[in-house]
Amino acid sequence: MFLINCPFCGEREQSEFKAGGEAHIVRPKQPTELSDDEWAEYLFMRKNIKGVQFERWNHIHGCRKWFNMARDTSNDQIKAVYKMGEKPPVK
Amino acid sequence: MSNNLRFKTSKFIDETYRVSFKFNNKTYFGFKGDTLASALLANGIHLVGRSFKYHRPRGIMTSGSEEPNAIIQLHDNSSRTEPNVRATEVEIYEGLVASSQNCWPSVNFDIGGINNLLSPILPAGFYYKTFMWPASFWKKYEYFIRKSAGLGKSPKVADPDIYEHNYIHCDVLVIGAGVSGIMSAKMAAKNGFKTLLVDEKPYLGGSSIYDNSEFSKINNQLTSSWLEKEINEISKLENLEIKLRTSVAAFHGYNFLLARESLTDHLPINQRDNKVRHRLLKIRAKKVITATGSIERPLIFDNNDRPGILLSSAIKKYIDLYGVACGENNVLFTNNDTAYETAMSLIQRGIKINAIIDNREQVDSKICYEVEKNNIKIFKGFSVVDTYGYRRINKISIMKLSKDGQTVIGDKTKLNCDCLGVSGGWTPAVHLFTQSGGKLKFREEDQVFIPDVYPSDQISVGSCNGDFVLDEIIKNTLSSLKKFLNIDNSEYKTLEIISGLNQSKRNIWLLPSDKTIGKTKSFVDYQNDATSKDIKLALREGFRSIEHVKRYTTTGMGTDQGKLGNMHALGIISETAGTKIGEHGTTTFRPPYTPLTFGTIVGRNVGEFFDIFRRTPIHDWHVKNNAEFENVGQWKRAWYYPKENENMHQAVQRESKAARDSAGILDASTLGKIDIQGTDASEFLNRVYTNAWSKLAVGKCRYGLMLNEDGMVYDDGVTTRLGENHYIMTTTTGGAANVLGKLEDYLQTEWPELDVYLSSVTDHYATISVCGPNSKKIVSKVIPDLDFSDEKFPHMSFKNAKIGNIKCRVMRISFTGEQSYEINIQANFGKSVWEKCMDAGKDFNITPYGTETMHLLRAEKGFIIVGQDTDATLTPIDLQMDWIVSKKKYDFIGKRSLYRSDTIREDRKQLVGLLTENPEEVLEEGAQIVSDVKKSPIEMLGHVTSSYYSPNLKKSIALGVVKSGKNMVGQKLIIPMENKNINVIVADPVFLDKEGKRLNAKL
Ligand SMILES: [Zn+2]
Repeated sequence: MFLINCPFCGEREQSEFKAGGEAHIVRPKQPTELSDDEWAEYLFMRKNIKGVQFERWNHIHGCRKWFNMARDTSNDQIKAVYKMGEKPPVK
Repeated sequence: MSNNLRFKTSKFIDETYRVSFKFNNKTYFGFKGDTLASALLANGIHLVGRSFKYHRPRGIMTSGSEEPNAIIQLHDNSSRTEPNVRATEVEIYEGLVASSQNCWPSVNFDIGGINNLLSPILPAGFYYKTFMWPASFWKKYEYFIRKSAGLGKSPKVADPDIYEHNYIHCDVLVIGAGVSGIMSAKMAAKNGFKTLLVDEKPYLGGSSIYDNSEFSKINNQLTSSWLEKEINEISKLENLEIKLRTSVAAFHGYNFLLARESLTDHLPINQRDNKVRHRLLKIRAKKVITATGSIERPLIFDNNDRPGILLSSAIKKYIDLYGVACGENNVLFTNNDTAYETAMSLIQRGIKINAIIDNREQVDSKICYEVEKNNIKIFKGFSVVDTYGYRRINKISIMKLSKDGQTVIGDKTKLNCDCLGVSGGWTPAVHLFTQSGGKLKFREEDQVFIPDVYPSDQISVGSCNGDFVLDEIIKNTLSSLKKFLNIDNSEYKTLEIISGLNQSKRNIWLLPSDKTIGKTKSFVDYQNDATSKDIKLALREGFRSIEHVKRYTTTGMGTDQGKLGNMHALGIISETAGTKIGEHGTTTFRPPYTPLTFGTIVGRNVGEFFDIFRRTPIHDWHVKNNAEFENVGQWKRAWYYPKENENMHQAVQRESKAARDSAGILDASTLGKIDIQGTDASEFLNRVYTNAWSKLAVGKCRYGLMLNEDGMVYDDGVTTRLGENHYIMTTTTGGAANVLGKLEDYLQTEWPELDVYLSSVTDHYATISVCGPNSKKIVSKVIPDLDFSDEKFPHMSFKNAKIGNIKCRVMRISFTGEQSYEINIQANFGKSVWEKCMDAGKDFNITPYGTETMHLLRAEKGFIIVGQDTDATLTPIDLQMDWIVSKKKYDFIGKRSLYRSDTIREDRKQLVGLLTENPEEVLEEGAQIVSDVKKSPIEMLGHVTSSYYSPNLKKSIALGVVKSGKNMVGQKLIIPMENKNINVIVADPVFLDKEGKRLNAKL
């Protein structure tokens, strides 16, 4: 079970958190202007990589804040946690 | 008791404390300090069970948690019964009752033993191959297979014991209290680390605590004496906590470990009441030192499973620790030096060793010479080719090994024995290390897997790290610790270690036989009866992956997870396939290391604590008034209120009639309530609901529908504008938490620029809904100061009011289609206001109704229930709710998806009403809807989502989703049931009061 360093609360057990899928996918500002394919790209297409993956997490049983995490999916090492809107501090 | 099997020992057995116990209905005696296994052996009992598949007689094989054979049932037919307990781990106590498993009628005469004679036709995969076809017969096969197999019996009554879970945080966790574990704990604690030392056994010191050999000494003292002083010292350390009888079950990522601390299992039953039996420790350690030792390997030869065949290290432990001789005429069979330590222990006590069979041609360590000096015959370069004796070994035959070790040559010699000790070297116990995600490497010289890459802040020390000789264990443990803890280990600077053992070993995974392999039974996995023949068969049949071979042959799939034989399986696979062992990897070791009881896993979460449940502030009233409850999410909701002998149908018919004829009252407190404030609140609602919100006046209510970004209906509810920048949103009961989460998600991540704040206030308010043509009269009596006239207080509006001096909010909204008022009041006043309403409604036959009546009433009106009539595949258009989807708004969640090529298809499933041809016939919810039952395969058009008998319409009504249903109104469809086909007519989903006249009805 991970030990996650919530950017607002500090280190907490994974059981307090909920994973929320791939990070840095911005909702299109003008969805109505998009073709079916472009909308589908936003809606359905997600990466599933072996290696460092950027993910959204929510401290659901804590401060309820969403934040981002860079996690290596091959060994579950958390490389960084950072606030929404911030650029990933690792590659 | 056979006295010549029990020897005086110094400290581990209390010979003044006799303990009686029962095994297979016979009473025996042992001493305090015995395990069930040592006590049975002291009584000359080896045969303790039957094997799983062939029902072969099996005996005690080991002295620890790796035991595959001696698994027994404790306290049969009592509430404390437990199957699959390893006799080698059970500490005996007065009154212990144990019995053999997997045999009938008795362990000595077992009918299932016929399987042994049939074994030529029971190869690997036999069950898979034979009982697969025809599929419909499986149920019949299964009955007999389960009856003849079986690993023990599960208890039939509730577990009387108490279990609990504890969290532990420490700087250093040391797993295993052998030499290297003790040293690690001492150094960690002395250097300021808060340290926890755990060991599965009831004593500290591991196997070195009974190591009285002259051939391995520390500072010129016996290893055991030196270690005792160390133990004495660490038990005084303040920084160190020691937990015995504590077995680490799982080692997860980030140094999170689960361990079971056993607290009462060693006590007589009558001393266990009201005590915690097991504690599940959830340990989060900054650093972990694994010192779990190693497990001796058996040797794989024909008939290597007879009772009386034990690991040589087990024989040593039984005599040195428990003072029990496993046999009176022993033979040892080995490929390395460790069996000679066992020989020395037996020699010291004058126990006869008939011979030692050593695979090696050369035997040249000090300890071997010493054994030879004692006139023990050593057959060098020999191998055991067969064993004899049904319920106990009585003879072996041996032959000379060829130079390459692939065949046996020369004459066969028979030797008598009543006990055969085997040693195939050692396998590091890397189970926990690999569970944690660690990567192993294979060391060719002695054919062992050892830790290579550590995934977290941890090390392995001692023999689990591949050091098997005392001086290396200590030397390497010290240097590892120094680095790992970043400390100076001056503590142990002056240690002088002597070790009389050599590392030499002649490893042959499958020993040759003079018979063909088809005629041998060389067991690799004792518990699951997997033989070398089975593994070779699997390879012949094309299996290559170790994971596949494992499943096909069931090797390593017993309760012992193949702790003894997994390495041999790998070895035989690689030898047969001509590959290197390292290339195959090992099978995955899964937690728990040793089985955990369900009680330990659930802890205190049993009975009423199994799951939390939520009660409304009016709950007690419902209980008092005979309500039946249903679970909605975690809520207990009143379902219906049966009177006298009413069944559910009768109660619901009465309740729903009363609600339409006069007045009904519903506890709606469970609906989710989210308080929304901020200058952008209206804009926010515009974005999350499909309809427009900017123009909603203060004091007005509006129904809203929320979609997912994929356009599918997600939740619904009424939201009220309390003030300019203040709304209260209601959600479905089950969806409340998810809706809040979703809204927070959008606010925090997509629209952080919006000035909006959300708080859940679900628990803050009790919500009482009074409906029906007389509802207005009732609420007017409860709140006399409020003007309830239709002009001042029309449908879909809200008023602040007071009951006494308690503020409340009254909404005039309706989920039943009747005129209806919802009183929201501070939760702790909920029950008294409810009672006031009941009082005020007495003259109007006010009738409390539950969720079932609510569902019926809304179905009459064609109102959907999200989650019942929808299933995340329906858009508002599919639900015929186009009216609520704003055409003007530029964007809202899910809008773009409403005109994807898929969502605009005409032949999507759409919500329709269904009327049965026979109005008395009520459909089953979930039933399939078709149009043609003659065409095969029958095309499924949809299914029934809601169905009731309406007492107000005096007919059966239903909602359902049907492909292209919108355009089918008036058409006949068929609901095929098991015994009949029911004809239905597609109808408009609104069955009652289409014009909404009842909302303002006056009586
Ligand atoms: Zn937090």
